[in-house]
Amino acid sequence: MFYRENGQFKTSYAADQQILPIAQDRWAILALVAFAFIGVPLLVDEYLLRAILIPFLILSLAAVGVNILVGYCGQISLGSGAFMAVGAYAAYNTFVRIEGMPLIVALLSGGFFATLVGMFFGIPSLRVKGLYLAVATLAAQFFCDWAFLRIGWFTNNNPSGSVSVSDLQVFGLPVDTPLQKYLFCLAVLVVFALLAKNLVRSAIGREWMAIRDMDVAAAVIGIRPMYAKLSAFAVSSFIVGVAGALWGFVHLGSWEPAAFSVDRSFQLLFMVIIGGMGSIMGSFFGAAFIVILPIVLNQLLPAIGHLFGIEISTAAISHAEFMAFGALIVWFLIVEPHGLAKLWSIGKQKLRLWPFPH
Amino acid sequence: MKLRQLALAASFVAAAASGALTAPAAFAQAKEQFFPVLVYRTGAYAPNGVPWANGFVDYIKLTNARGGINGVKLSFEECETGYATDRGVECYERLKGKNGGATMFQPLSTGITFALTEKAPADKIPLITAGYGRSESQDGGVFKWNFPLAGTYWVAGDIIIQDIAKKLGGAANLKGKHIALIYHDSPFGKEAIPILQERAAMHGYKLSLLPVTHPGVEQKSTWLQIRRDRPDYVVNWGWGVMNSTLIKEAQATGYPREKIYGVWWAGAEPDVKDIGEGAKGYNAITMQHGAEPNAAFVKEIMDKVHAKGQGTGPKDEVGQVLYVRGAMSAMLAVEGVRRAQERFGKGKVMNGEQVRWGLENLDLTQAKLDALGFKGVMRPISTSCQDHMGAAWGRIHTWDGKKWQFTSDWYQADEQIIKPMVKAAADKYAAEKKLQRRSAADCQS
Repeated sequence: MFYRENGQFKTSYAADQQILPIAQDRWAILALVAFAFIGVPLLVDEYLLRAILIPFLILSLAAVGVNILVGYCGQISLGSGAFMAVGAYAAYNTFVRIEGMPLIVALLSGGFFATLVGMFFGIPSLRVKGLYLAVATLAAQFFCDWAFLRIGWFTNNNPSGSVSVSDLQVFGLPVDTPLQKYLFCLAVLVVFALLAKNLVRSAIGREWMAIRDMDVAAAVIGIRPMYAKLSAFAVSSFIVGVAGALWGFVHLGSWEPAAFSVDRSFQLLFMVIIGGMGSIMGSFFGAAFIVILPIVLNQLLPAIGHLFGIEISTAAISHAEFMAFGALIVWFLIVEPHGLAKLWSIGKQKLRLWPFPH
Repeated sequence: MKLRQLALAASFVAAAASGALTAPAAFAQAKEQFFPVLVYRTGAYAPNGVPWANGFVDYIKLTNARGGINGVKLSFEECETGYATDRGVECYERLKGKNGGATMFQPLSTGITFALTEKAPADKIPLITAGYGRSESQDGGVFKWNFPLAGTYWVAGDIIIQDIAKKLGGAANLKGKHIALIYHDSPFGKEAIPILQERAAMHGYKLSLLPVTHPGVEQKSTWLQIRRDRPDYVVNWGWGVMNSTLIKEAQATGYPREKIYGVWWAGAEPDVKDIGEGAKGYNAITMQHGAEPNAAFVKEIMDKVHAKGQGTGPKDEVGQVLYVRGAMSAMLAVEGVRRAQERFGKGKVMNGEQVRWGLENLDLTQAKLDALGFKGVMRPISTSCQDHMGAAWGRIHTWDGKKWQFTSDWYQADEQIIKPMVKAAADKYAAEKKLQRRSAADCQS
């Protein structure tokens, strides 16, 4: 009834090609962004900001990056954690070694070095495909774990190998309180998500999708596989690198290589698979599912236990959390193998007919 | 149809979640000192994490059974970190404001300690890292909110070398010897390196560094190297499954267990009991206490907590090494609160800032410790503005195949060596963070 595009006429190509052609979508997304910038800071407390929303925003950004590579270009990568680590440590080194380095430049330099490393480890993608490529990108993970643990220079020769940053500022404004951190991450995320969305709609994004769907056919119609694949690695690693730098700088404040272990790579890959491959929107769903759901379960289960007067031990909660989480993953993948984003679009289709489905 | 079910399920989950998130406010009670407990009862380190958590919680229950701290009862809540830094940070955020505010935090992981060291000063909550954490945080002039009470890893490393020197008949005999450090490849394991290197430069022994990656079950290549080089001593800086794996590998390699020294995280029952006789002779440093089944406070826990069916965990583990460690960690926090009450008002609930003062002015004399039931378990601890550690004593205990036995007298870590190292590391931290050392006036506050 409300969600219909009847009467919305497109009179120019620009109007027809915008990201959200339906006015209701446009307003909804604008309202959501406005709510995230204005409403959320007024409503939520420090715990939600620091423990849930900031990690969610940063990992959403990383998932957007991984989705470009895995979802759009079809190159399965298990090196995302490594590219996050490169971003974090490169940004750290630029930040502490060069006096007066602005935070944003440091973050972008993290992205830049992650791009270089990502392209280097993307070279095998020209020869190996599919699961074999996933194994090849694992090399990036192990190499980076090794490098940041062993080579003292990267960690400024800290005896424990753990590094930390403080005194973050953007254009003279401090990024110190949870609220400031949240707004900073949100701003970065909005900018990058918009860029990514436009990139995948452009010529280069179509090249990636052509390569994903059938690389021989893509080559026949004149798409250079090397250019397409390496550019996907570059863009993806850049975004993932910036996310890694944010994870270290803004979320943890002090970190060690274990923060970017192979678990993180798997986590990012699962976000993309569960959220929806080849969908920017899906990255957000996937990140929400993986980041927020375990924490909600962890708090929900004892509360449910309380209702029935049962005290559940800490270990039991933790085990139950894993079981429920695993069951939900299986359930969602059976209900909708194309991810939460597909579920969302089906929902939108149904909504167009509602309430008169005839 | 399917969608409606989904929407219903989602809204139910959302409603329940918001209920769960707001519920704690309703439970909040006044007049209770809130102790958050970060634990890991699951994961690769659970065998060691569980007894620690049981000891910690039982001591809190014992304190309540004793009538609280001058009448103030304690409340507590556990949060499972799984030894993961991001979950630890989440737990910290979840618990820090609950039930009138957290008294202190004990992160129980070097990684989480590092992350919380950045956050605690802003929230004004002290961090107690009894025997672990970052060694330079002993310097209270820079690390105002960190309290590595009763020892750090540098103290532990120093005492291990002292004991080796004693067995060799003097520090002079260390010259030309070969010591291998097998360490957990994380900030925790690396904490040992500076002190062993410092001592190596002093005494002229050769130190080789052999990292083992998390969780530590893959040590074949490490032991191949040991078999080849035959070092005179092996120092084990491990945790969790890494320790038992290491002893089994030593057994397989034929390396004498008498020549292996573990850090105090590598010297408890879960590490050796499955190997039993095979681990006989394995040494470990204790930061003061060992297994103390006969200590007065352990008996009191048995009488006042376990006898009433309120005990945490199995009865036969009460008094084991890590159980005592947990209880001692809780005791230090409780005594910090008691000390704070002496200044800010007896019988009142203390906030984080006041507890910080209490921890900084802790003066646990032997008489006080004996009264608490820690006779023969611990030595006096007295902290100050500059020294947040309070005591640098340790002993060596050895597994005799059935239980841990003390095999050395008390050692004190060499201040002459550790102090300059702490100062240099703390100054480096302060310079990186652009912090000023605390002034004398700040010490009074």
